[in-house]
Amino acid sequence: MAHAATAARPPERGLDVYTQKVGMWVFLCSEVMFFAGLIGSYVVLRFGASSSWAEPNEVLNVTVTAINTFILICSSVTMVKAFAAAEAGDQKGIKTYLLATTALGALFLGVQVYEYYELIFHQSWAGSHGFTPQAGLYGATFFTMTGFHGFHVLLGVICLGWATIRAYQGHWGADNTHGLEVLGLYWHFVDLVWIILFTIVYLI
Amino acid sequence: MDWALPPNYSTFGVQIDQLFWIIFVITGIAFVLVEAGLILFIVKYRSRTGHKAYYTHGSNKLEIIWTVVPALVFVVLGVYSAGLWADIKNPSNMPEGAIEFEVRAKQFEWNIVYPGPDEILGTGDDFEVLNQFHFPAGEPVIVYLEAEDVIHSFFIPELRVKQDAVPGMRIPVWFDATQTGEFEIACAELCGLGHYRMEAAVTVHERADFDAWQASRALAQ
Amino acid sequence: MATIVAEAPGQATGHAEHEQSFLRKYIFSSDHKIIAIQFLFLTLFFLAVGGLLAMMMRYQIAWPDQPIPGGGILPESMVASGYILPEFYNALVTMHGSIMVFLAIMPMLVGVYANYLIPLQLGTHDMAFPRLNMYSFWLMVPAGIITLASFWVIGGAAGAGWTLYAPLSARPDLTGVELGQVMWLVALIFIGLSSILGSVNYITTTINMRAPGMTWFRMPLTIWALFITAILALLAMPVLSAAGIMLLFDQTLGTSFFLPEGGGQPLLWQHLFWFFGHPEVYILILPAMGFVSEILATGSRKPVFGYKAMVWAIVAIAFLGFIVWGHHMFMSGMNPTLGLSFTVSTLLIAVPSAIKTFNWMGTMWRGNLKLHTPMLFAISFVALFAIGGLSGVFMAATPVDIYIHDTYFIVAHLHYVLFGGSLFALFGAIYYWFPKMFGRMMSEKWGKVHFWTTFVLYNLVFFPMHGLGMVGMMRRIYDSTGYAHLEGIQDTNQLITVAAFGLYLTGFIFAFNFFWSIFKGKKASRNPWDATTLEWQTPSPPKHGNWDEVPVVYHGPHEYSHPDVLDKDWLAQNERPDVVSPAAGSH
Repeated sequence: MAHAATAARPPERGLDVYTQKVGMWVFLCSEVMFFAGLIGSYVVLRFGASSSWAEPNEVLNVTVTAINTFILICSSVTMVKAFAAAEAGDQKGIKTYLLATTALGALFLGVQVYEYYELIFHQSWAGSHGFTPQAGLYGATFFTMTGFHGFHVLLGVICLGWATIRAYQGHWGADNTHGLEVLGLYWHFVDLVWIILFTIVYLI
Repeated sequence: MDWALPPNYSTFGVQIDQLFWIIFVITGIAFVLVEAGLILFIVKYRSRTGHKAYYTHGSNKLEIIWTVVPALVFVVLGVYSAGLWADIKNPSNMPEGAIEFEVRAKQFEWNIVYPGPDEILGTGDDFEVLNQFHFPAGEPVIVYLEAEDVIHSFFIPELRVKQDAVPGMRIPVWFDATQTGEFEIACAELCGLGHYRMEAAVTVHERADFDAWQASRALAQ
Repeated sequence: MATIVAEAPGQATGHAEHEQSFLRKYIFSSDHKIIAIQFLFLTLFFLAVGGLLAMMMRYQIAWPDQPIPGGGILPESMVASGYILPEFYNALVTMHGSIMVFLAIMPMLVGVYANYLIPLQLGTHDMAFPRLNMYSFWLMVPAGIITLASFWVIGGAAGAGWTLYAPLSARPDLTGVELGQVMWLVALIFIGLSSILGSVNYITTTINMRAPGMTWFRMPLTIWALFITAILALLAMPVLSAAGIMLLFDQTLGTSFFLPEGGGQPLLWQHLFWFFGHPEVYILILPAMGFVSEILATGSRKPVFGYKAMVWAIVAIAFLGFIVWGHHMFMSGMNPTLGLSFTVSTLLIAVPSAIKTFNWMGTMWRGNLKLHTPMLFAISFVALFAIGGLSGVFMAATPVDIYIHDTYFIVAHLHYVLFGGSLFALFGAIYYWFPKMFGRMMSEKWGKVHFWTTFVLYNLVFFPMHGLGMVGMMRRIYDSTGYAHLEGIQDTNQLITVAAFGLYLTGFIFAFNFFWSIFKGKKASRNPWDATTLEWQTPSPPKHGNWDEVPVVYHGPHEYSHPDVLDKDWLAQNERPDVVSPAAGSH
C-alpha cells in the first residue's frame, strides 16, 4: 500500500518549531533544575551559615576567571557566527567559526584546569595545604558547582569538535543547519550558567 | 488491638484528639458516600440486555459545587489547625516559667539533663541521667532537644508529643502532663540498627515527689 | 511463539527497511513498542523482588523472636543463624521502598505506558527521538544490576530509608553500610538520567507530533496524564540528582554538605529530597489516574465526565505538587510558620483529587458498565485511592501529624495510594493493553480470580495499619515488642503478615496468566474492547511504524454512546467526520 496522497490533509499538530529544537529546549529545562539544585544549596549554605565565609577575592583568582568568562562569551559569539554562516551557505565561515568556538571552549577548560591546579596546590586555606573540595563548605560547593559546569563544557567541546570535523567534510550548509542550531542552544546555555556562576561565586 | 488513640494525658492533646476525630467524621462521611456510590453504580448500571448508557460530557454546575464545597471544608480545617499548631510549636508561644530540661539523643539512648533544685539549666547543680525522664505533672515543661550524631525523634505517645532531634540544632518542645504515670520516649526517626530499641522511661510525678526525687539525684551525682 | 511485531518490516512505512537481525529488532530496538515491553519485563521482575523484600520484613515484624524459614541460605551478615539482623532489616525496609518506587512502579507507569501509548494514541509512527528512547531503557539495566549487587557487598545494601536522610545516610561509621549506600546512589543517577531523557521524548512527541486533528483537548486523558507527569519528572529528577551527588561526595570525598560538624545542614538534604520527592509521588499517581479515566470511559460506554475539569485537575495537581514538599517535614525542626504555609498548599491540593474522584463516579453514573477485569481494577482504584487520599487529610492537619507522623498510619496512607492506587491501576492497564501489545487476550477467568484475591488480601494487609498507627506503632521498627504502649498489637501484625504472604502468592496467579497468555492466549482482534482511541484502530500488535498512513482525527477521545451513532455504541477518533461531537469544537 503506497503513500496515498490525500487531498487537503490537515497538517500535523504541533509548534512551528522543528522537533530537535523543541527537544533541546525541553532538555535544557532539566539542566536548569540541576544547576538550580546545586546553586540553591550553595546560597543556603553560604548565606545561612552562622559565620561568614571568606571573601571570593581572598581565595579565588577573580581576574583570571573574569578573562576566562570573556573567552567563553566570545565562543558564544563565534557559535552564532558559525550558524549564520551555515544559513548563508558560507562553507569557509562555517569551518572558521566552528574551529574558533571549539578552540575557545577548550581554552576555557584549560584555564579552569590551571585554576584548579593553582587552588589545590598553591592556595592556602585555613592553615591547611591547598583549597580542595575538603576545604570546608566553601571548597565543597565551589568544586561541585564549577566542576559540573566544567563537565558540561567538556561535553559541549567534544560535540563542537565533532561538528567541526563534519564541517571540514562539508556536512553543514543552508539545507542542513538544524544540528548546528541545536548545538548552539546547548552551548549558549552552558555560557549563561557560567555567567550566573561567575557572578554568584566570584563576585558576590 | 483496640482501634483507639492511647489515653491522652496532655493539655493540648485534648485539642489534637478532637481534631483527629473531627477529621475522622468528615472523611468518614466522604468515605461512605464514595464507596456506597460506587457499589450502587456497579449494581444499578451494570450492563444487561436493552440497557444503554446516557451520553453526557459532564456538568459545569456540578464541577463548581464539588470544587467549592471541599475547598471550604479544607479552609476551615486549615484555619483551625493553624491556630493549634502555632500554640504547640511556635518558639514564641513557649509557656513562661516552665521547668526546663535538655534531652540529647544519640545512637541509641536518651540523655536527660536536669536543671537541679535551682530549676535553672546551665548551672552547677545540673545533672544528667541516662534513659530516665522524670518531671512534674500539672505544669508546663520545656525540653531543649539536641542530637549528637544522626536525626532522632522524641515521641511520647500519651502526651501527644513528637519532635525530630537534629544534629546542629537545639529545638524547644513544650508539653503539660495532666496526671502522673509511667510512659515511654520512643525514637520515631530511623537512626541506625538500634533504632528499634531506643527507648527511655518517662515518670511523671506529683510536684512534691519530683522535688524530692530531683534533690536526692542531685546529691548523688 | 507470538511475534512482537506482527508483520515483517519494509511495507510502506515511509522509511527504507531491511530485514533486521533478532538483536536489532528485539534487544537493541528503537521501536517504542519493543522498548515499552522491555520496560514491562524489567519492572515486573523488580515488582517481584520488592515484594519479596517486604515478605521478609513482614516475617520479622510478626515473629521477631523466630528464625526465618529458609534464612540459612542467606549470608551470616544478613541473617545470623536464621535470625534477620537489625541492620539487614533496615536494608530490607530501605530497598523495598527504593526498588518499588524507582525500579518498579515509576518505570512501569512511565517507561512502559508513556512509551507504548504516546505515539499510538497520538497517531504517529514513533517517538521524537527513537534512539534516545532506547538509551533510556538501557540505562535502567545497569541501575538494576547495581541495585541487586548492593545486597552482597560488605556492609550490605543501603539502610537509611528510601528517603536517605542525612547524616545517617552520609556516615558509614554510624550505619555500618558504606559501599551499599554508594551503589544505590549511583543506581539512582542512572535512573534519573533514564527518566530525564525519557521525559524529553514524551514531552517533545506530545507537543510536536500529534496527528492532524488531534488538538490538545482531543487527546485521551491518558496522554494528558503522561505528558504532565513527564514535565514533573523533567523538573524534579534533576534536583534529586544534584542532591544525590552532594550526598555521594559527603560519603566518599569528605565534604560536609549535610553534616553539621563541617558546617553543613541535615535539613538541606530533606528540603532537596522532598522538593523532588513530592512531585515524585504525583509522578507515581497521575499516569494511573489517566489509565483509570480511560478504562472507566471504555467500560462504562460513556465519555469521561468533565473531561476539561479533569485536565485542569491534572495541571493543578502538578503545579501545586511543587509547593507542598514541606508537609513531609512538619516534625523536622523547620520553622513552624514555614510549616503552616505547607499546610495551606497541602489542603489545597486535596481539592483537585476530590474533583477527579467525583468525575470518575460521574463517568460510571448512568453508564452501561462492562465489568471485565480491567474495569474491576479501575473501579477499585477509585475506591482505594479515595481511602488513601482521605487518610492524607489527617496528616495535612499539622497538629494531628504530630501524633501520626512516622507511624503506621503513614504506611497505610502511602500503600493505599501507591498500591491500592497506582498498582491496581497498573494491573488494570496491563490487562487492558495486553491484547494490543501481544496480539492475544489474557484469561478473563484468571483475571477475575487475580482481582478478587488481590482486592481482599490487599485490604486485609493495609487497612489494619491505620489502627496500628492510631495506637502509636512507629515505622521502620525491627521489633516492637519492647514498648508498653504497643502491647497487644502482635496479633494484628501476625494477621497482616499472613495476609501479606497470601497477597504475594496472588502475584503468581497474575504472572502465570501473563506469561502463558503471551504464547497461548486467545488471539486478539484489533479492538477487543470496542474502544475509541487511536491505538485500537490499528492491528494488534501494530506493525513497526504503527500506521501506513497517519490517521486524521475528527472527534474527542471518549465518544461512547453518541446519540447520532446508531449501529454501535462507540465512535473512533478517526472515523465518521460527519458526526459532530461537542468536544470537537476545540483549538
